[in-house]
Amino acid sequence: MAGSSVIETTEGAAGEPAVSAQLAAGPLAIASSGLTKRFRGGQVAVDHVDLAVPEGCVYGFLGPNGSGKTTTIRMLLGLAFPTAGTAAILGTPMPNGSASVLHRVGSLVEGPAFFPFLSGWENLARCDAADQSADPRTAKARIGGALERVGLTAAARKRYRNYSLGMKQRLAIAAALLRPRDLVILDEPTNGLDPQGTREVRSLVRQIAADGITVFVSSHLLAEVEQVCSHVGVMRGGQLVFQGSLDGLRHTQASRIRVRSGDLEAAATVFAKLGLADPDITDDAITAELGSADPELITAELVHAGVGVRELVVQTPSLEDLFVGLTGEGFDVEH
Amino acid sequence: MTLSTELESTELGSTELGSTELESSGEAAPVAAARQDEGRGSGAVRGYGRFFASELRLVFRRRRNQLLLLVIFAFPVLIGIGLKIAAPHPNGGEGGGPQAFFNQLAGNGVFLTLIALQALLILVLPLVVAVVAGDSIAGEAGYGTLRYLLTRPAGRARLLSVKYLAIISYGLVATFIIAVTGLIVGVIFFPVGPVTLLSGTTVSLASGLLRVLWVTLYIAAAMAALGAIGLAISTLTEHAIGAIAAIMVLIVTSEVVDQVPQFSAIAPYLPTHWWDSFDSLLRSPIDTTTLLQGLLSFLVYAVLFCSFAWARFTTSDVTS
Repeated sequence: MAGSSVIETTEGAAGEPAVSAQLAAGPLAIASSGLTKRFRGGQVAVDHVDLAVPEGCVYGFLGPNGSGKTTTIRMLLGLAFPTAGTAAILGTPMPNGSASVLHRVGSLVEGPAFFPFLSGWENLARCDAADQSADPRTAKARIGGALERVGLTAAARKRYRNYSLGMKQRLAIAAALLRPRDLVILDEPTNGLDPQGTREVRSLVRQIAADGITVFVSSHLLAEVEQVCSHVGVMRGGQLVFQGSLDGLRHTQASRIRVRSGDLEAAATVFAKLGLADPDITDDAITAELGSADPELITAELVHAGVGVRELVVQTPSLEDLFVGLTGEGFDVEH
Repeated sequence: MTLSTELESTELGSTELGSTELESSGEAAPVAAARQDEGRGSGAVRGYGRFFASELRLVFRRRRNQLLLLVIFAFPVLIGIGLKIAAPHPNGGEGGGPQAFFNQLAGNGVFLTLIALQALLILVLPLVVAVVAGDSIAGEAGYGTLRYLLTRPAGRARLLSVKYLAIISYGLVATFIIAVTGLIVGVIFFPVGPVTLLSGTTVSLASGLLRVLWVTLYIAAAMAALGAIGLAISTLTEHAIGAIAAIMVLIVTSEVVDQVPQFSAIAPYLPTHWWDSFDSLLRSPIDTTTLLQGLLSFLVYAVLFCSFAWARFTTSDVTS
């Protein structure tokens, strides 16, 4: 197992946050404990979520649509009030600390939203004017800089109405980057984007992270998360079913070694000698848990025992397998 | 209209964007805000002024709001032309109400302002204010911009107060457009001279104009109270059009109930009851009792509904 950063949250773990905090080394950019949101109809959208997002990491917040990701983000940003539990961003409790901490947080929540009759520049100017502590003297430079960063300088005077979906999304990211931030929260930043746009957003996220800014990015797209994130949290039905490093997630399911051979009996004997757990013989192959064994050693032992090896593969479960395993929706891909 | 075009040109100035201008960060972007706040106290006040200026620009630059002001502007002109053609005969100023103003008009153009104000006060002016007030929060929620304002952070109470000040400003501008247009058209079409008040006393033209100014401000105060009701309703929905419709239903209901004698006991508590009490200013001596009761009613409505809006807006989830 990949060590201390793996945290399995248990159901209704109201008393567990201390564990999360203790396991994640260093200060937390986002910390919540027992965060719960129950809607008026009685539906529990977020159920005792204990987030622990270390400073400086890129945290992928995964989960199928409707698993409570956006509601969690709304509570973190002070837009919605939790029914129970607490949340803190950059060490400041929310929602009470909104005024003192949100200027350090850039955010994109549920897609871009601007006035269609204003230009990109005017929309950003309005955002900046609304900011309680933004310095008006640097507004022009900051707006220009943010637009340049997302490649919208040429379209700055164009009305938002005439922007393409990708441009709208980029304008929203520019709004999130109007001021120097310590934390950037992006909710589904690639939603509805073409592959080109997706790649642009991904490279933006990498740039932001390279500046040492903590990035919290929610997505239902695994490929996204796998490519940019160092940490992940997985939501299912309002609960956080996994939280930890990406490697930690990969190690939650053991790698298996698979050997194709004409003499599976002999191979099984070698596996038994090496102490490989859970051997399973199929038509023309044998698989077993790799555990801490060395694939090179297994190869050597097989050859030494005179087993003809046609193929030897170390099977690491794909993130998608793990994701489906954790979120449990739909079907099991492996069979 | 002058105000809106001026604001527009300011805005256009600040949107001039070129790579060279990006470098010159010394100049603040919102010129109006910078000008307005020059040399004023703390950063919080400066920031508030900038937010308010930005909000004003947004309200007065919207084509829809400009068109409404254009309608407001057209009415006194049309009324003036119509009355010039119909040419009322001067038969002295007896009694009160619109008939009295009409009778006076032939003798004095100043009365066109009062006729226009009274005519538009029934529906058009409240509608114009209701559009901006109903749109204030609900419109932002509908566009989804509300969540981005709040995560700036704009501050919920701060945003609400900026919105309300913008509504008051818009109502004030709309009321003054009627008054000034009415006055100008009245001066063009009709003779101007000393003003005979509803009580029969004649005062100098300057004194008469001063009273017209007070009437305009009184009506603007009535619209400010209506704006508070609109703001409160606007916090209840994400659909601006629903909020606007609700405000209009409220106004019309209040006006109808006010006309039914059986409801006379509750009439003074209706939001629209004191609107046309501005004629108290056109008597000598001024009927201060009625006037103060009207202003008190506006104040109570404004405080009550601003409190409601605040209580609602600072505690509800933003789900748009």
